[in-house]
Amino acid sequence: MEATELRTFAIDNHLFRCIQCGKCAASCPMGFKTILNPRKLVYQALVAGEFDPKAHQELWDCTTCFTCSIRCPKEVDPGNMVIQLRSLLVQDGRIPGTLTTALKSIFERGNPLVMPARDRGAWVGDLDVKHLDDGADVFYFVCCTTSYDMRAQKVAQALVKLFNVAGVDFGILGEAERCCGSEVRRLGEQGEDSLFESLVEEWGEEMADYSYQRMVTTSPHCYDVFKHHYPMNGREVLHYTQYLAQLIQDGKLQFTNKIERRVTYHDPCYLGKQNGVYDEPRAVLKALPGLKLVEMDRSREKSLCCEGGGGRVWVEDPNPEKKLAAWRIDEALGVGAEVIATACPFCMQMLEDAVRTAGAQDKIKVLDVAELAAEAL
Amino acid sequence: MARNPKIGVYICHCGINISNTVDVAAVRDYVATLPGVAVARDYTYMCSDPGQGLIVEDIGAHDLDRVVVSACSPRMHELTFRNAIVGAGLNPYCLDIANIREQCSWVHKDRDEGTAKAKALVASAVARAALLEPLETREVGVIKSGLVVGGGVAGVQAALDMARAGFPVTVVEMADHLGGRAMDLSHTYPLMERADDLLGQIVGALEIHPRATILLNSRLVDVSGYVGNFEATVQTHDNGTVTDHKLRAGAIVIATGFDPFDARLKPEYGYGQYPEVMTALEFEALVSPNGPTGGRVVVNGREPQQVVFIQCVGSRDRSVGNPYCSRVCCMYTAKQAHLVQQSLPQAQVTVLYMDVRAHGKGFEEYYDLVRETGINYRRGNPAEVLRRGDRLVVRAEDTFAGEFVDLEADLVVLATGMVPRAETAEVAHLLKLSQSADGFLLEAHPKLRPVETASDGIFLAGCVQGPKDITDTIAQAKAAAISAMIPFARGMVKVESATCLVDEDLCAGCGMCEEICPYGALRLDTHLGKMRANVVLCKGCGACSATCPSDAITLQHFTPRQVMAQVDVLLSV
Ligand code: SF4
Ligand code: SF4
Repeated sequence: MEATELRTFAIDNHLFRCIQCGKCAASCPMGFKTILNPRKLVYQALVAGEFDPKAHQELWDCTTCFTCSIRCPKEVDPGNMVIQLRSLLVQDGRIPGTLTTALKSIFERGNPLVMPARDRGAWVGDLDVKHLDDGADVFYFVCCTTSYDMRAQKVAQALVKLFNVAGVDFGILGEAERCCGSEVRRLGEQGEDSLFESLVEEWGEEMADYSYQRMVTTSPHCYDVFKHHYPMNGREVLHYTQYLAQLIQDGKLQFTNKIERRVTYHDPCYLGKQNGVYDEPRAVLKALPGLKLVEMDRSREKSLCCEGGGGRVWVEDPNPEKKLAAWRIDEALGVGAEVIATACPFCMQMLEDAVRTAGAQDKIKVLDVAELAAEAL
Repeated sequence: MARNPKIGVYICHCGINISNTVDVAAVRDYVATLPGVAVARDYTYMCSDPGQGLIVEDIGAHDLDRVVVSACSPRMHELTFRNAIVGAGLNPYCLDIANIREQCSWVHKDRDEGTAKAKALVASAVARAALLEPLETREVGVIKSGLVVGGGVAGVQAALDMARAGFPVTVVEMADHLGGRAMDLSHTYPLMERADDLLGQIVGALEIHPRATILLNSRLVDVSGYVGNFEATVQTHDNGTVTDHKLRAGAIVIATGFDPFDARLKPEYGYGQYPEVMTALEFEALVSPNGPTGGRVVVNGREPQQVVFIQCVGSRDRSVGNPYCSRVCCMYTAKQAHLVQQSLPQAQVTVLYMDVRAHGKGFEEYYDLVRETGINYRRGNPAEVLRRGDRLVVRAEDTFAGEFVDLEADLVVLATGMVPRAETAEVAHLLKLSQSADGFLLEAHPKLRPVETASDGIFLAGCVQGPKDITDTIAQAKAAAISAMIPFARGMVKVESATCLVDEDLCAGCGMCEEICPYGALRLDTHLGKMRANVVLCKGCGACSATCPSDAITLQHFTPRQVMAQVDVLLSV
């Protein structure tokens, strides 16, 4: 960016509000192992006279946890600045290799995983699940990872079991479901004529035609993007942990099976920090008989990011430093947890990788809140 | 009403503020042709002494009985010009202002259009001026006693000054003792005097003052009246019994103070999670000579070896809705760090800060002195406080070094800021006062009227108006006391003459106006079935006159004839 362009950028992003306090930088989970420093990026954008995003490959290190933005005392939103800078790289076609594949796959097949659309509903098997064609109270939005990934499919299956026991009238879109675009947006493919914009337009319109009252999502990422960036025409968007907590409170879900395990809960950034949903997942866990919930030191607002957001789950990161998810597993073991529960398909993937890398499979299991709940039925 | 009015019209250039967009000479020539206008002039600054002199001279020379000034908003200078014509022997209500600045030159660009609009505005004012009637100026007596709400430093000082000046004063305090939050402090900066000694001096003086009445465990629950003549109801709680007192006062000083910021709203600092994390006020109690350890710094049964202070907790922080600086935390943090260094010379003390604002007398010097005792000031707003083993870790970016630091700590002190007291909105509602955007009570003008409110006779002192330290609080309290006593010295206050007037022949006694009046100035005489106006309470808002279905109420100085004459002219040009 040249001087005038840069100045407009700085003004539009409220960078002039920044007092260089360093809260964002110290809050950034990646700052301790990469050169990513949101404070310095703001400063350079303000005073350097020009700014070449190409010289800042660390922009791709951002996990889009948004801890920086949430904590900034001046409401500068440095996280969003990072995304805007990524957008400039994306417009130039400068995007890491595997991410190009993911984006292309979303464009062509409606999922980032290069999987055929027709297999999207295969996880259902012989479960009792209807199509949303005839309308339903709940539109269960499954998510790409949950639909195709064998491990993640178990979460969808557990949720179906819970919904059926609670007598929920729900439907899915099966092969017609498409990627929500959350990570597309956070990779920088946003704004005018972007992939994200076309998703919102086409996909948002298509979804609006179905008859349903509320959308319930498996992933906090889908939840976040639908809730804040799609026209939902007054329909409520809920993360499944919120919906389960409601069903439990209304007496529609009862648990009889004892889960005699020490469980700790890992807050997904897109659910906790970014949307303030801290209590509901814990309420579900606390309703499970026998389960002992223990908190890690870093929980809720202080939760450590798993490193999977912002498309990072799709890239092979050459950084030799220990993964954030590995730190997280250490913390979970530190409080004597036998299970680290989470409520996000990306967190699950990152944490499971970390358990495998550490060879800790016999010490700790990664389970989704829904799986624990289904087990307690 | 003057049958053949002689009107003088004065058109102001306001430097170039008006004359840039309005052809002032053209307006003058046009106005001179209007019926009733005896003289029309223009001048660079009408509000200046020579400008006012022109008016005064003309009133004598041309025997004027009405004056129209076309200049800036009446909010700016109506009083100036009223005083000027009174000086020349006219009634102050024989003046009308045509606002051709805010409502014309400042909002238009085109000179022709601006000039045309100015002509219309002035002509309409001339039409109204012809119909204006002199009104009697009224004054009422004043109750020469003060009411102070809040018995902290500000309230105690304001009450003490009023009592010492010779006027009875009542202090209403919610708690069971005077002195407020400052009484819980250990020492005061920069002189390190003991807070309880210092404040004890003014509290003690007030307690024994014969003209001071102190109502503890009490709250103000109702207020009516107006400047010079307030009537208040105060509720006192005493061991479960509640008594209501009625009292009368000529002026009210509001000094209800602040609340400390709730550190739980910054969850990243672990307040409430870790016992080693405390707020500045808790730290004050800990190091107070009257505290549980007699002033020794002990945490978890041990003397801490690594102490970290975090500044600006809940201040300068939009994310918690407090964009303002709390003005005291920089200095009290320096003081607290100093106290730790004095009592634990071996301890390593670090202050994490964003900026240090040492703006008061002797403050910068004190800040220098504190640092030289061996305290590390590191610039960075820390991200979070974490547990590592039996220690805490404060994680920050040292922005000067450009590197991340994990500071170990066995005591973390949060420099919590000031927020408006939870009851501030209630107080504002009770007294019909406004709050500024930050939630504190709003002063009448930030520079010229810092202790007044928009309501005559009600004043602000201390942190209810915004964060301040003891020095500034005392200064403001003294200012509020003096301002409150101005009418006491005169013995009389002017009340608005442009009030409502009930025509009893037309009044049907329906009571609609009584309901609509926000000042309680109208009461139905149930015997006669007629409405009665208390013109001392009436503020001349006109709500009643607009509501009355029988057209029985007129608002003097804004009668239907006067207003319609103005409207007719505006519609005909
Ligand atoms: S937290 Fe906000 S104000 Fe502080 S350095 Fe970062 S962007 Fe600037
Ligand atoms: S969003 Fe998270 S990872 Fe990205 S810069 Fe901000 S704190 Fe760092």
